[in-house]
Amino acid sequence: MDGTLFDDDLWAGVRDVSPLMLGIVPFALVAGIAAVDAGLTLAEAVGMSVIVFAGASQLAALDLLGANAPLAVVIGTAAVINLRMVMYSASIAPHFARYARETRAALAYFLTDQAYALSVAEFAENESRTRWRYYLGAAASLWAVWQVGTVVGVVVGAGVPDAWGLTFAVPLVFLALLVPAMKDRPTTVAGVAGGAIAVLAAGLPLNLGLLAGAIVGILAGLIAEAIDR
Amino acid sequence: MTGALAIGGSARVWAAIVAIGLATYGFRLSFIHLFGRIDEVPESVKRPLRFVPPAVLAALVLPDLVTIRPSVVATLADERLIAGVVAGAVAWRTENVFATISVGMVTLWLFRFVVFA
Repeated sequence: MDGTLFDDDLWAGVRDVSPLMLGIVPFALVAGIAAVDAGLTLAEAVGMSVIVFAGASQLAALDLLGANAPLAVVIGTAAVINLRMVMYSASIAPHFARYARETRAALAYFLTDQAYALSVAEFAENESRTRWRYYLGAAASLWAVWQVGTVVGVVVGAGVPDAWGLTFAVPLVFLALLVPAMKDRPTTVAGVAGGAIAVLAAGLPLNLGLLAGAIVGILAGLIAEAIDR
Repeated sequence: MTGALAIGGSARVWAAIVAIGLATYGFRLSFIHLFGRIDEVPESVKRPLRFVPPAVLAALVLPDLVTIRPSVVATLADERLIAGVVAGAVAWRTENVFATISVGMVTLWLFRFVVFA
């Protein structure tokens, strides 16, 4: 698209991420609604979205905070959920290697599932992209929409009746991320094992069922992969 | 306000936010920072990490859809499970978060307010 606003790499990132906003907006609203449900103030909800900026872990932390789980369990669970960021960081790192340390530190803050997936796919296809501009176009757009969506969720969420079960949108969001994550046999085994153990261990105190499911799921995936080889 | 945070209150919330934020930023920065010092991510790190998303997401989702009850019928005749199965099929076909949420919520309401009402 020569000569248009969008021939700049930054704007290409903004443009390419825009269809994903359809999924991000309800996710952000749910994060705001869940924050109100857990008893957080607007400042706390926004603080969480800015400082943590990782939806799935925010929802899990809010759920546990609302249930008065021990702080160590809240932090541990959220951290486990975000461990996947290490994988994204490792995967995208070669593209950022030539930038200054401070630039890389800033780019890292914006790393999300969507920004990672979109950028790595684009860099593989289009070698000429200026890495940081394309990535930041996508990642900073996601950031802005996430913050605004959280605030709207906090403000309007309080007025929705409980019987509608809007918090059910939370497992639905996870489900929408889970299905494409089970892309081959070992990852499917990991998901099935993790889910089954979590259901069976749902009665355990401190939400230990989640950690038990996650650990068993990862081990099951490794075993399935070893068998496949 | 549900008052669910009466114990510990705001300090507890901020402690959780800051700790989770620091851990998450550390994960994000890890290899973006380290790259250059090591040539290749060790295979022993990469392999288990691959299974984190499916294992954790499934462990988060399933207990919200299924509760083991004394009888099979009571376990399966649950609007959350039905909505989850339908939404799962939509997620599989479309890989679209918005479509998954919409269809899942409508199915939940249909069974909660019409079929099982």
